[in-house]
Amino acid sequence: MTAQWPLPATQRYTTTAIAAHWLLALLIALNFVFGLYMHDLPISPQRLKLFNWHKWAGITILTLSTLRLAWRLRHPPPPDLPMPPWQRRGAHAVHGALYVLFFAVPLAGWAYSTASGFPVVWFGVLPLPDWVPVDRGWADALKALHKTLAFALALLVALHVAAALKHHWVDRDGLLQRMRPHRP
Amino acid sequence: MRKIVYPLVATLALAAAFCQATYAQTVDAGGSELVFVTKQMGVPVEGRFERWSAQVALDPRKPEAGQVVLRIQVDSVTFAAPEVTAEAQRPVWLDTARFPQAVFQSTTIKPAGSGRYEMSGKLTLKGQSHDMVVPITLAQNGARGTATGQFTVKRNDFRIGEGEWTDPSLVAPEVQVRFRIALSGLPS
Repeated sequence: MTAQWPLPATQRYTTTAIAAHWLLALLIALNFVFGLYMHDLPISPQRLKLFNWHKWAGITILTLSTLRLAWRLRHPPPPDLPMPPWQRRGAHAVHGALYVLFFAVPLAGWAYSTASGFPVVWFGVLPLPDWVPVDRGWADALKALHKTLAFALALLVALHVAAALKHHWVDRDGLLQRMRPHRP
Repeated sequence: MRKIVYPLVATLALAAAFCQATYAQTVDAGGSELVFVTKQMGVPVEGRFERWSAQVALDPRKPEAGQVVLRIQVDSVTFAAPEVTAEAQRPVWLDTARFPQAVFQSTTIKPAGSGRYEMSGKLTLKGQSHDMVVPITLAQNGARGTATGQFTVKRNDFRIGEGEWTDPSLVAPEVQVRFRIALSGLPS
C-alpha cells in the first residue's frame, strides 16, 4: 500500500522540523566529509581555512541543533506507522542517539580545539568561552573522542538512511512522505 | 706591549664588573615569561619562548643610565600544538636553523610616571633589525620586583610568514608580545 500525497498534516512532521532535518543533514554530511579530508593535511593556508570553516560549521550545527531540539520538545512528531515493536524501539533508540551526538560531536570538537591552544572564534568574530584546559594530554584524548563520536554519528546516520529506504522500497508504507519537503 | 694590555684589560673588566654590580639585577627564570599572541583568521593563538636570558641594569632612581639586553633562543619557540611548533621553526616563519637567536638591545630608558618606563631599543630577529619602543611597568617590593609590559611586533618587518603567508587575512600582521621578568637585586 502506498500512502497518498500529500499526507494529512497530522501525519507529517511540521514544516520547521522538515526544514531543520534537511538543512542539518546537509551541514552534518558536509562537515563530516570536510573533517575526513582535512584532518591530516600538512599545514598550509588551505588547511587553516578548512579547519576554521569546519569549526564554524560545527558550532553552527550545535546552535541549530539546540533550536531544533527546543522545537521538537514543543511539537511532537507524528504517530509511528504500524511496524513490529523491535523496529519501533530501534527507530526511537537511533533517533535519541542521533540527538545526543548532534551535541556531543561539536562539543568534543570545540573542546579539542581549545585544548590544542586554538580557542574557537565563531566566523572569526565571536570568541566562544574556553571550558577545558590547554593541555597536550587533554588534546589527544579529546581528538580521539571527537573522531570516535563523529564515526558513531556517521554509522547511525547510515543506519537511519538504510531504515528509511527499507520503509520506502520494501515496506512501501509511505514513511518518507512524513519528512518530504512540500511540493512547490 | 702585553705587559701593558693585560693589566689594562683586567682593570677595565674589573671596572665594568664593579659598575655592573652597583645596579645589575638577577633574573629569576621561574617567575618570568615571554609570550606572544598571533591572530589566525581572527583566532588568538599563543606561543612562547622557553629559553631566553635578560641582562637588566636598572636603577629606578636613575633609569636613563639603565640598560637591558634580552637574548632569545628563537628555536625554543613553543605552541600548545606540536605541529604548530614544528611549523614555526620552518624557513618561511622564524627560520630557526639559520637564525636561532634574537636580541633586543636597549638604547634609551626614559621614566614615564611612577613605576613606568619607556624603553627604546633595537630588535634583531631573523636577520632583520628594527627600532622598537617597549613600555615597562616595574612593580618593586624591596630588592625584588617584576617588570611587565607588552608591545607589538609587525611580523612582515622581520619577514616572518613569507610567500602565501604574508596574506593578512590568514595571519594578522601584528603580533602581540607580552613579557614578565622577575628581578632581584633592585636598589631600594
